[in-house]
Amino acid sequence: MQPDGTREAPAAAALASVGQSLPHDSAIRHVSGSAVYVDDIREPAGTLHVVPGWARDATRGRIVSLDLDPVRAHPGVVAVIGPADIPGKNDVSPALGDEPMFAEEEILFWGQPLFAVVATTREAARHAARKARIEVEDLPPLLTVEDALAADETVLPDYQFRKGSPETGLATASHLMEGSLRIGGQEHFYLEGQVSLAVPGEDGDMFVHTSSQHPSETQHIIARVLAVPDAAVTVEVRRMGGGFGGKESQANHWAAIAAIAARATGRPCKLRLDRDDDMIMTGKRHDFRVDWKLGHDAEGLLRVVDMRLFARCGYSADLSLGVVDRSMFHADSSYYYPDAMIHSRRLKTHTCSNTAFRGFGGPQGMLAAERMMDALAIRLGVDPLDLRKRNFYREGRDVTPYGMKVEEHATLHAIVDQLEESSDYRRRRQEIASFNASSPILKKGLALTPVKFGISFTLKHLNQAGALVHLYTDGSIHLNHGGTEMGQGLFQKVAQIVAEEFGVTLDKVKITATHTGKVPNTGPTAASSGTDLNGMAAKIAAETIRNRLVAFAAERYQVPPDAISFADNSVQLGERSMTLGELAREAHLARIQLSAAGFYATPNITWDRPSASGRPFFYFAYGAACSEVTVDTMTGEMRVDRVDILHDVGRSLNPAIDIGQIEGGFVQGMGWLTTEELVWDDRGRLRTHAPSTYKIPTASDVPEDFRVTLYASAGNPSPTVYRSKAVGEPPVMLAISVFSAIYDALASLNPGTIPDLDAPATPEAILHAVLSMKRSRAG
Amino acid sequence: MAVTPAVGTISAAAQDSSTMTDTLRISVNGTPHELTPDPRQSLLDVLRETLDLTGTKKGCNQGACGACTVLVDGKRVVSCLTLAAMHDGAEITTIEGLAKGGELHPLQTAFIEHDGLQCGFCTPGQIMSGVACIAEGHAGSPEEIRFWMSGNICRCGAYPGIVAAITDAAERA
Ligand code: FES
Ligand code: FES
Repeated sequence: MQPDGTREAPAAAALASVGQSLPHDSAIRHVSGSAVYVDDIREPAGTLHVVPGWARDATRGRIVSLDLDPVRAHPGVVAVIGPADIPGKNDVSPALGDEPMFAEEEILFWGQPLFAVVATTREAARHAARKARIEVEDLPPLLTVEDALAADETVLPDYQFRKGSPETGLATASHLMEGSLRIGGQEHFYLEGQVSLAVPGEDGDMFVHTSSQHPSETQHIIARVLAVPDAAVTVEVRRMGGGFGGKESQANHWAAIAAIAARATGRPCKLRLDRDDDMIMTGKRHDFRVDWKLGHDAEGLLRVVDMRLFARCGYSADLSLGVVDRSMFHADSSYYYPDAMIHSRRLKTHTCSNTAFRGFGGPQGMLAAERMMDALAIRLGVDPLDLRKRNFYREGRDVTPYGMKVEEHATLHAIVDQLEESSDYRRRRQEIASFNASSPILKKGLALTPVKFGISFTLKHLNQAGALVHLYTDGSIHLNHGGTEMGQGLFQKVAQIVAEEFGVTLDKVKITATHTGKVPNTGPTAASSGTDLNGMAAKIAAETIRNRLVAFAAERYQVPPDAISFADNSVQLGERSMTLGELAREAHLARIQLSAAGFYATPNITWDRPSASGRPFFYFAYGAACSEVTVDTMTGEMRVDRVDILHDVGRSLNPAIDIGQIEGGFVQGMGWLTTEELVWDDRGRLRTHAPSTYKIPTASDVPEDFRVTLYASAGNPSPTVYRSKAVGEPPVMLAISVFSAIYDALASLNPGTIPDLDAPATPEAILHAVLSMKRSRAG
Repeated sequence: MAVTPAVGTISAAAQDSSTMTDTLRISVNGTPHELTPDPRQSLLDVLRETLDLTGTKKGCNQGACGACTVLVDGKRVVSCLTLAAMHDGAEITTIEGLAKGGELHPLQTAFIEHDGLQCGFCTPGQIMSGVACIAEGHAGSPEEIRFWMSGNICRCGAYPGIVAAITDAAERA
């Protein structure tokens, strides 16, 4: 409970650890300053510092000459490394071979690294890096969606979902409407920037501490550039100071450069990007233009939707295949399209390579669908919520544009109905209408929007996870799994699951750093799936050990297995009770294995991309938000007055952590749609490469009245770990309600006219929309 | 490369450049230190690299995120934007110095109780800033706290918990 809002969760289930609102596993260390991030690790003696060098005047061009002698001559410089110093492949891309570690012939974006300086201090390396003499023959860069469309340049082939006959639908619909929306990207601004510390070992081994959401991929890429087997490289991640998708693939490059430097010098090497370099060099959320066309009947029931998604991917493919697919998967939001064409283009531009960002393309697709709803409601003069509900998935109208059936639509309806009630939506709509009628300058808006987010990686093979659990003879437990901790509370949730299995308190479970030598070949911690996957793998490992203990104890003490239970830090064997440590010691003496690996692969997913058929998602997570805003039509300033959220996390593993994810996701989504604006100049240089020019929400931007409630769920109908639901990404899209509320406020200026507002709705964009609304009223 | 202009609290001795010597005497969390920092070294780098006090974080190194907030003679300062050499004679408190005799400071406890953290990277700065915010008398209401804490970015968006923790600790103080 907090004074300026509410945070409510249903009562916990009758379990000891699972379902409890325990604080983050590192909470005490975080508040004491003793939690160790990569940059806090005490540097081994002789550690050198690495800084990438790049051409500050070039966006796209042919490298004519690169003179690094002045760099080498700088005091403190130990080595300068370029493409020729890479023993293996000059490639740090996740898959397609289109991202060189150092550009060799052509520069493809402003900020692309050409070399790296290794020096005794960071300062020396930074100064030296600027001394390179670089001659580039400029080529005209493609910067915008329109540039890329005109040049017909893509990083990957186009892709589409087709349902029914959209052509016939559009030809025969009684009413047609169309529009276009531009959606800005977003800088991750993980508060801890990209950082790696590579420590060379014997026999070509390399140990790398890094801040990566995908340690296995980091390991494989380091092995690729070093030309050593994967087994020679070990990557460890204890925690990240935020990731948000920005360290899913984007951490690899820096870890690989640090490893090359360590190999070249034989000394430990640390690379921590300066914040400006970080913002300039790493990819961001994809920006889009979405062109839409829809056919509907007189009541506003959708008949057909044709949506064209143009994503600006940057210079390489990176994760754009999956990101843009997910935009397509969410281009329906929560609405039934009888006939549909969802088409996408992955456009190539000479800008940083856009990448994963919480929601992974889903938010952009969903935003476009919600814009269609808002625009259509204005045209028809109906309440947007009524129009939304009319078009919701329901029995018999439940097949998505990609052919998957939406089974849990009752949850969607229940959440929206409950929130409509609890937020007092109808009464406030009326109040706002009368407020707006009597307020010439300040205009209010209110919107209630739904979220339906598909859970599973749409790249099927990523839906697997491993865990490693050891029980020691003192009863303490070592827990390890392939998931990474970036603040989302994954480590604590998985520890709660393991504690539950052994009937012990959390202090008996030692949480350990993600380590490629303990659990190999893992997927990234992404797609909100960290707990679903790793929690299940850890549960399986713990169960394996417990089952061995039960079999042993049943035999030794002659009690039936079902009379053996693990609870309250002890083991009950019929009448007898002992500690877990005592039982472990006895089992050890009897030569019972007290260590187990667990493995889990998500069932029931069958997506086949080439044929665009099958089931991509294990289940959907649902939520809804109702936001009220006030817009100042003289200045374009906007304030979020109140937000009510009802969100479905299934049966919560940890309500406190889940509520934190919902609040944080909402705030981040609100930043994306309101204040966070990325600006590239006409030469392709990012002008917003520091927090002074890129506006991230602060405490004063958070809604004054912020009410977050967990939906009282009977549990996920799909068999997830303790019937919980994923929570990392879906809340980002709750912030669409803010964007829609701004649209609603603008619409009040001239009823029936469709406002012209792109994302983000900065004060400038709002003012622009206000002026065009006023002009259309005058004209 | 130009030296970043220093902003922050400047102790009386440092204002008169004639008294500036190579030796810097500061007290950090009650422990006196005699140091000879590079004159261009920020207070943050001296804390993290010379004194191994890594609890204070480097988020942006340009004074815009608040992750490096410490108290200099009781006032909050972003330590990345001020030169260590300017603080001769100063008493500095970092996150490591907040707990007394193994007891967490009430604001540290409140951050845990109200879930005012996720990834934790902003947390030391938030807490140091929060301690000062309360001491300045700027923690009278959640609204006032939101305003006076707006120099500390939390990218995880743990603001509701942060504001609740400061409100709670201010009431108990
Ligand atoms: S690191 Fe000092 S304000 Fe960001
Ligand atoms: S807890 Fe991650 S930045 Fe605040």
